Amino acid sequence: MGILLYRIDDRLIHGQVVVGWGQPLDIGLLVLVDDLVASSDWEKELYRMAVPPEMEICFADVETAIRDHARYAGDPRPGILIAGDISVMHRLVTGVKAIGSINLGGIHHRAGRKEKLRYIFLTPQEERELLALEAAGVEVTAQDVPGARAVPLAEILGGPD
Amino acid sequence: MSESEAPKTARAIVIGHGEFSAGLASAVQQITGMADQFICLSNTGMAPGDIELALRSHLSDGVSVIFTDLPAGSATMAARRVARDRPELVLVSGVNLATLLDFVCSSGGSPAEAARGAAERGRASLVVLERH
Repeated sequence: MGILLYRIDDRLIHGQVVVGWGQPLDIGLLVLVDDLVASSDWEKELYRMAVPPEMEICFADVETAIRDHARYAGDPRPGILIAGDISVMHRLVTGVKAIGSINLGGIHHRAGRKEKLRYIFLTPQEERELLALEAAGVEVTAQDVPGARAVPLAEILGGPD
Repeated sequence: MSESEAPKTARAIVIGHGEFSAGLASAVQQITGMADQFICLSNTGMAPGDIELALRSHLSDGVSVIFTDLPAGSATMAARRVARDRPELVLVSGVNLATLLDFVCSSGGSPAEAARGAAERGRASLVVLERH
């Protein structure tokens, strides 16, 4: 089965991931790629306790995720790989060279970001990174939950700005 | 973020997805008239750090309980971060109407004790009724 969804979401593990996507896709494996979380036992325990027993969660920093990606992709269970921001996913895509599509699930407001969709706010630098990903052949769409429409990058960047 | 103005009688925060907390508080108000014991918050559209800030800003004296909707939800995750450096805080996830009704009607003991008892009542209220 392997990784069915490569998601950028600043909330990392939360309801939309575990229930919204996790239930219909019958997810058995969550891969959380975050340097800070991977280095903290407390953070790992925080997220581990949020995951139902039928799902395994594994934690990796970016370098480890690049190294172990083939193992995640070859896992018989359907999986979701989650990164908390665009730069992390960009590094992962560059290192792995086998990721064909990326889901933007939640990038919320902070200083310097402008609203593109209700749940997507981007800085100019983040816009450039997404465009670079698409130029490299990666399909980038925004879709918070499975029942929503997948919004293509061109439409996202033409958002309410 | 949608939130109610913090009433002076507040004993707990209720936070969840969408209008979950406001809906539960509305039901508590209809049944008991005591929804002023709750500060209602929504995590809609909020980054994790903002949820945490909102919780911390409402944890004044007299509020030592947080009720959240989903154990895996971002509100619960933020509340657990807050609880890490506030050991007196009691966090109850998976809250339902029966839990909140028991909490507002509890008269003796501390809010923390009331929350623990309410959680038991809420758990017991989940019953599958089938024809036999």
